[in-house]
Amino acid sequence: MSHLTNFEVFLLLSILKIAVVLVITLMGVAYTVLLERKFLGHLQNRWGPSRVGPFGLLQPLVDGLKLFLKEDMMPLAVERPLFVLAPIIALGCALISIAVVPFGRTTMVHGVDLFQIANVNIGLLVVLGVTSIGVYGITLSGWSSNNKYSLFGSLRSTAQVISYELALGLSLVGIVLRAGSLSLRDIVNSQAAHGALSWNIFGGFQFVAFFIYLMAAYAETNRSPFDLPEAESELVAGYHTEYSSMKFAMFFMAEYANMITVACVATLLFFGGAASPFGHTFDHVASGAIASGIISIFWFVAKVFAFLLLYIWVRGTLPRFRYDQLMDFGWKFLLPVAMVNILATALALAYHG
Amino acid sequence: MELALFILFGLLAVAGALNLLFQRHPINSALSLVVVMMSLAVLYWSLGAEFLAAAQVIVYAGAIMVLFIFVVMLLNAGEEEQTHGSKIAYIVGIPGAGAIFCLLSFVFLSERSHLGSTALGGYLSNAVSNISEISHVLFTSLLLPFEVTSILILVAILGAVVLARKEL
Repeated sequence: MSHLTNFEVFLLLSILKIAVVLVITLMGVAYTVLLERKFLGHLQNRWGPSRVGPFGLLQPLVDGLKLFLKEDMMPLAVERPLFVLAPIIALGCALISIAVVPFGRTTMVHGVDLFQIANVNIGLLVVLGVTSIGVYGITLSGWSSNNKYSLFGSLRSTAQVISYELALGLSLVGIVLRAGSLSLRDIVNSQAAHGALSWNIFGGFQFVAFFIYLMAAYAETNRSPFDLPEAESELVAGYHTEYSSMKFAMFFMAEYANMITVACVATLLFFGGAASPFGHTFDHVASGAIASGIISIFWFVAKVFAFLLLYIWVRGTLPRFRYDQLMDFGWKFLLPVAMVNILATALALAYHG
Repeated sequence: MELALFILFGLLAVAGALNLLFQRHPINSALSLVVVMMSLAVLYWSLGAEFLAAAQVIVYAGAIMVLFIFVVMLLNAGEEEQTHGSKIAYIVGIPGAGAIFCLLSFVFLSERSHLGSTALGGYLSNAVSNISEISHVLFTSLLLPFEVTSILILVAILGAVVLARKEL
């Protein structure tokens, strides 16, 4: 690669990273759906998909093909441009935030970090900003469908997402205070010293923040027990009632991509990202650059996977909230607790540090 | 590169602002305003004010505009009727807008040295962290305005509570 200039190397590696991460994320989305169906099936004492391929492993591909081949219905009364735009916004925003996630240890090749697409110094704010733009997908889909169930679904969803965004943002302030930076890489590095003991959730005493984040994130991604926007017993299918074929698939993928993003951010902020839980104890076992890179990715994926399982477990266990309970919970419980957590963290840091 | 970004998103901001005025449906106008906000955020970022850009996206585009759209959806506002408006608006409005534009650009151009300036992409070299700078300024020399603003917002919240309590 010696005859290429620095910029060309940067450009090529960036394109490569984007392509690889995008493909892996989309595959991850497809297989999270399968994971959910299998795991949920076992929770309910049945098999889940098991016919296509060994253990039903080819099911996501067949599902994708099915959705692709279905007729793309365009109802007559819809507001056409917004109706088409809404799923694109939803899926686009869901996929963009992966760009700032560092999914492995810092591995520089020709001055480019291999395991992170963009190391932005306000990475955390970028994630929050992109998520807050993602609301438009849901809002506009409900409104442009010209269907009262869709509208109800999207009104619920918008109100819910705006309310829980506050608690979500405030729960992360403690982490930012501890790390002293908004860059996700810096936040991960600040937890890498002593393995699991220096992770924010244990060593940083941020477990309150973690539970606030977890609940707010479930609400933010419209997952059960906060899945009121698509409560099928009340609203048919919520905001995507009128959607079919690939447009429906885009909403579906956006939901699962959001789950993955939330799991990634939780891993980065509270569980040390790609750092091993044993710290540097076993560094001598695999000390090569390639081996340690692979091991760091393994830890990251394992943590994200655990979060996804937790998501599904919660879905299989908890009943749905009522709407006023949801709002009360967000505003009257999570928000004050998040503020108290900020105060406590700030005082502790001022006292000790 | 920064110049291309500036031209692209500057034009997008102007186009969004014009579209905001010319659209007849409130939702389309609100969405044009979102486009303006987002383009402004990109402009801030290209000037090196990344925190301001993120705040612009999270607060304005992500929260306030969503509330606007929420209200429009809730009231189910239909298309506006096109009226010709009053003659005075045409006679006074257009020269007035021109005069304000000229005045503002005159002030900005003549007082350029006092207002300070920054180069496009000048701060993007990561030399200074602008978040710590902002917070330092905010909590030292600008502490009083900052606190007064927060009290102002608190008063607004209390006002909203008082207004809402009648119906509870």
